[in-house]
Amino acid sequence: MDQLLEILSKPDNIPIILLLVSVVFYSQLAWSKARKNDNQGVPDEAKQDDKVQVWPYLVRVEFLATILIMAVLVIWSIALDAPLEEPANRALTPNPSKAPWYFLGLQEMLVYFDPWIAGVVLPTLIIVGLMAIPYIDINEKGNGYYTFKERKFAVLTYVFGFHVLWVLLIVIGTLFRGPGWNFFWPWETWDPHFVGVLTNVDLSEYFGIPTRNPDNTLNPAAMIFGAVCVGALYTPVGLVWIQRQNSDLFKKLGFIRYSVVAFLLLSMVGLVIKILLRLGPPVFGLNPVKYVLVTPWFNI
Amino acid sequence: MFDALKKTEVYKSIFRHSYQDTQRNRALQIVDNVFLHLHPVRVPRHATNIGYTWGMGGITFLLFLVLTITGIILMFYYRPTAQYAYEDMKYLMNDVPFGPLIRNMHRWGAHAMVLTVMLHMFRVFLTGSYKPPRQFNWVVGVLLLVLTLLLSFSGYLLPWDQLAIWAVTVGTNMARATPLLGHEGPFGAELGMRPDNDVRFVLLGGTEVGPPTLLRFYVGHCIFLPIVASIFMAVHFWRVRKDGGISGPDTGKKQF
Ligand code: HEM
Repeated sequence: MDQLLEILSKPDNIPIILLLVSVVFYSQLAWSKARKNDNQGVPDEAKQDDKVQVWPYLVRVEFLATILIMAVLVIWSIALDAPLEEPANRALTPNPSKAPWYFLGLQEMLVYFDPWIAGVVLPTLIIVGLMAIPYIDINEKGNGYYTFKERKFAVLTYVFGFHVLWVLLIVIGTLFRGPGWNFFWPWETWDPHFVGVLTNVDLSEYFGIPTRNPDNTLNPAAMIFGAVCVGALYTPVGLVWIQRQNSDLFKKLGFIRYSVVAFLLLSMVGLVIKILLRLGPPVFGLNPVKYVLVTPWFNI
Repeated sequence: MFDALKKTEVYKSIFRHSYQDTQRNRALQIVDNVFLHLHPVRVPRHATNIGYTWGMGGITFLLFLVLTITGIILMFYYRPTAQYAYEDMKYLMNDVPFGPLIRNMHRWGAHAMVLTVMLHMFRVFLTGSYKPPRQFNWVVGVLLLVLTLLLSFSGYLLPWDQLAIWAVTVGTNMARATPLLGHEGPFGAELGMRPDNDVRFVLLGGTEVGPPTLLRFYVGHCIFLPIVASIFMAVHFWRVRKDGGISGPDTGKKQF
């Protein structure tokens, strides 16, 4: 418990508390508005479409919000000093060394993936994927008001990405990761000498296919096995298309949009599968999975 | 006395309309003011409802302004060299009047801005405000999100303390592994990438986080990124207007 309080009371982690509180608050607010609109049939926003003068009706809200935010910021800044630690010293590596909180989700990804995926491919996919949203979501409903019923798929996907993959991973990275980036429950004390008892193995080894030959060269069978596994994640894309391409939804979506949606979605699913492959087995006393696919150039 | 003042040529040249509470003056109040001119004269009632927009875009912008002002003040006291940076921070925290307040506001404002952009994006998604005709403004928004994160991250290095260089070391280490362009990334070595010529080297101005990195991040943080962010914000606000103001349900009425 002390550990948790100590982390939380670090001034740089105050935003995490704000993050948690505000995400819960606003999710709840949006949910209740969506429920109300869905039950009414006509959204509240549509009932308030008469025009009002910006001066004073909007300007006064902005004015009050400004005063409030400034007051909060000034009080926060008087109460808590920004940290200033010892001077920079390359010879002294802190353990754990953590990125700022908003990047801890990505740093957490480093546990499950090699840096080229966690640090480069994933951020790129996230940015490109976010930018693609308006062009791949062709549902015309739900524009300009809160609703859940009319766009369940979109909202659930976003909530999964936002609440689980972003906020939750930030929280795990901040609160549950200690020295050596090992997982510690809040009631456990950080032990800098902690070494896991389980060794990582590759997925193929679970099926009796060693990743490397006795002479340490890569085993082609394991490579093929891995490639099949990764391929298997994405094959449903083609199969579902062949089966459903003539349905109304798929016709409207078109092949390109459909492929982008399917690719992004399955990548998100793949992310979760990889996380589970790593975290799951230890629960049963089995070895965690390190790689699914090992090649001479890169590993997944 | 006040009445007399109002009759002077100077007063009239500044304020172009009287203050009587009329429809016309309420409109002029917006149109005749370069700052308020960002707004339309009239908006649908739900757009003034804090429960709809959460005011998050506006708050994000407010925080950006606060960061600009406090940031300029901080620049008076800070030299971006490994020799002075840390000393200047100490001096600022201990001897400059209101130094800690300015630095804290800059630091916490930056954290808060990251948080409010995240919430703003969440709200825009939930109200479906990226749907036609606002698709492109969402794309501009995503760029603003990236710029906000880059601004925060580059600023993190400037105090030049242990927290700063190690957080930035962790962050930039990933650049080594960039496919093709990093020396440890897939196909990087095959393309002739070495620690001293890959993307990370370009980013850091060296093979590790050192004095050249400090200068690069400083220039990026204080000049390049704020300018780029300001340009995109201008586009963002302009598009909010051009796309028909704050989104709302299609009730058959024309937006303007
Ligand atoms: C520096 C960051 C940003 C600033 C200062 C900013 C500012 C604003 C402001 C003041 C508005 C007016 C309505 C409101 O307050 O909600 C707005 C609307 C909008 N923003 Fe942003 N924004 C930022 C980032 C983003 C991001 C990250 C996204 C999405 C990825 C985004 C997408 C939009 C869209 C689509 C609208 C129109 C919403 C509507 O009409 O209801 N913005 N922005």
